[in-house]
Amino acid sequence: MPVMRYREALNQALREEMEADDSVFLMGEDIGVFNGAFKVTAGLLEEFGERRVRDTPISENTIVGMGVGAAMTGLRPVVELMTINFSLLAMDQVVNHAAAIHYMFGGQAKVPLVVRMPQGAGHQLGPTHSHCFEAFYLHVPGLLVAVPSTPADAKGLLKAAIRDDNPVVFIEHETLYGQRGEVPENGGPMRFGEAAIRREGNDVTMVGISRMAITAEKAAETLADQHEIESEVIDPRTLRPLDLDTILDSVKKTNRAVIVEEGWPHGGVGANLAALIQEQAFDWLDAPVQRVTGADVPMPYSKPLEQAAFPHEEHVVKAALATFRDL
Amino acid sequence: MATKDAATGKESSDGPVGGAGHSLPDEATCRLVLEKMMLIRRFEERAGEMYAKAKIGGFLHLCIGEEATVVGATQALRETDYLMSTYREHGQALARGTDPNAVMAELFGRVDGCSGGRGGSMHLFDAERRFLGGYGIVGGSLPLSAGVALAADYRETEDVILSMMGDGATNQGTFGETMNLAALWKLPVVFLIINNQFGMGTALHRHSAVTDLSLKSEGFGVPGTRCDGMDVLDVHSVVTGALATARDERQPQLVEAVTYRYRGHSMADPEEYRTKEEVEEWRGRDPINTFSTRLVEEGVLKQEEVDEFDAKAIARVDEATTFADHSPFPDLDSLYDDVYVYSGDVPGWWTVDERSPEVHPGEKERDAGPVPHELAEQGAAYASVGDAEARRRGSSPKEGEGEPAADDRDEEGGGD
Repeated sequence: MPVMRYREALNQALREEMEADDSVFLMGEDIGVFNGAFKVTAGLLEEFGERRVRDTPISENTIVGMGVGAAMTGLRPVVELMTINFSLLAMDQVVNHAAAIHYMFGGQAKVPLVVRMPQGAGHQLGPTHSHCFEAFYLHVPGLLVAVPSTPADAKGLLKAAIRDDNPVVFIEHETLYGQRGEVPENGGPMRFGEAAIRREGNDVTMVGISRMAITAEKAAETLADQHEIESEVIDPRTLRPLDLDTILDSVKKTNRAVIVEEGWPHGGVGANLAALIQEQAFDWLDAPVQRVTGADVPMPYSKPLEQAAFPHEEHVVKAALATFRDL
Repeated sequence: MATKDAATGKESSDGPVGGAGHSLPDEATCRLVLEKMMLIRRFEERAGEMYAKAKIGGFLHLCIGEEATVVGATQALRETDYLMSTYREHGQALARGTDPNAVMAELFGRVDGCSGGRGGSMHLFDAERRFLGGYGIVGGSLPLSAGVALAADYRETEDVILSMMGDGATNQGTFGETMNLAALWKLPVVFLIINNQFGMGTALHRHSAVTDLSLKSEGFGVPGTRCDGMDVLDVHSVVTGALATARDERQPQLVEAVTYRYRGHSMADPEEYRTKEEVEEWRGRDPINTFSTRLVEEGVLKQEEVDEFDAKAIARVDEATTFADHSPFPDLDSLYDDVYVYSGDVPGWWTVDERSPEVHPGEKERDAGPVPHELAEQGAAYASVGDAEARRRGSSPKEGEGEPAADDRDEEGGGD
């Protein structure tokens, strides 16, 4: 299987979908001449021309809104926003328009739009460029939300997102763009709503969101090597639809659950999953559901503070051990 | 055209009042235009009455006074052109040809409404007629309309979109952003500002530093013109020209129609921000009276025919009201329909229904079991429109049977 970087896998998905369907086009800030802030769209302007790869002004709300309008009338726009923080300027178009239109017009219009954006800390970009907001978008009925953590998922899910008839918030991770991984040759779209079990185990279920799926996997190795604890690591891959059944099945097997995310704790993905797990698997739980989240602060710039503000392997190991402390 | 600037009180000197500056179109068009304006007027009056009777909920924004703008502008469109509007859009749907039954049923929240009862007064839609919606967010539809224009351009069609907004929308960030992108990408779009002098209760000169709104797009590369929004022929003429330029020269245009709404912003508006005299002054330029008087004076129509049109409009509105009243409410099991375009083979939970202790995916509401259904019925009972059987039959309880009076409802708290 070919090995490629996460950004290359995304680039390949865009290229393949654009080759296959003329209604697919790209819009975003500096995606063309500049080749993209994170080089995901590198080479596509040259290949497809300005009709299909459109550099936009810095007008997030309007470029997303134009994507919605173009999608309503039959195109399949893929809008890139430079970071997830900037997507907040487009919140009106995403929530009040993209997510609501199919429903509020009684099913007469659909919005096959993809809004791609990276999130995450680690590059010292400070309090306006480093957050993880998947919980904001997970909150909204009408949106699909993807949080791929591997190059293979990035490609397969982006292809699926482009072909889907719903608006998709496609959340990439800044620190993953350079990560390498195997990507199936001629791989097609992946199904939304299907979690990946990254590692099987019987002792504790660990659900990792976005980059934290990788952090959870590393923690699982440590738990196995040093504590003889076999973790089952689940990467939901998409938060809407959510493969809740795979998570519940695992919890019913392990009787313990740890949810790892990089975003803020209040109203986070972990809060949501913990609620769903305790509602539906309470009788199977041997310990309270543990959450590991980012610190409840705006992301600081200073390197040690920044690194201290989001979860690492050690945090996850501690949380997993805590689910055993009463035994 | 003569447009009185509400802020300055000055007459602009572009032409005479009342359509006298334009020769009349052919007789059939004159009749059609008058009939449409009269239908809208009577429809809106009836909607107001139905709101007072609590047949209609939420907010109700009427376009009485703005009929010339609505009809003049939409008559300039081809059938294949697109239209987007604000939340004051009953007239736009009717002018575009949407069945008045479907519009009234939507206001009533019924299943036969043009948005299936999901949107209500502010969110009418008619895909077949390319009426792409009323929108409740001020300025929210501007980017959408540019996107529609982009798609039309991308596919090399001749379609144009007429994108309507109120005067208040020109202060939103999307106004400047959209003008810039439309001009930058040479999109086939005509923006129409329906300047009815107020952003909710805030007068034009109190909400916009520049009160000639046709100037506000020019710095972004979208030329603006003004027309007399009380004169259906002037609106039609100016919008027709703008559409041609957008279509043929790929140069987006902006038109400001200077008009007035006679009624409050919405039904519960106490109208403390303007004088009765001001309203009366504008009523003196009533677009329907002005046009019908001219048609009679110039011998196109007899007064009796005008009266017949009015009777016909009233009868049509009667029919729509009866239809709406007998249309069933949407089935409670349809609550989760159309949240997504569901494709059968995608697994996972799309939505989570937590209304009952029996948590289930919302899209499986139909199979959720007796407890969720019982709770849904109990919730729906708060609507005070009869039991499940009555809702399905579409019969309504007699007046005074548990319906909230319209007076109990608040005007938008700090809203638009």
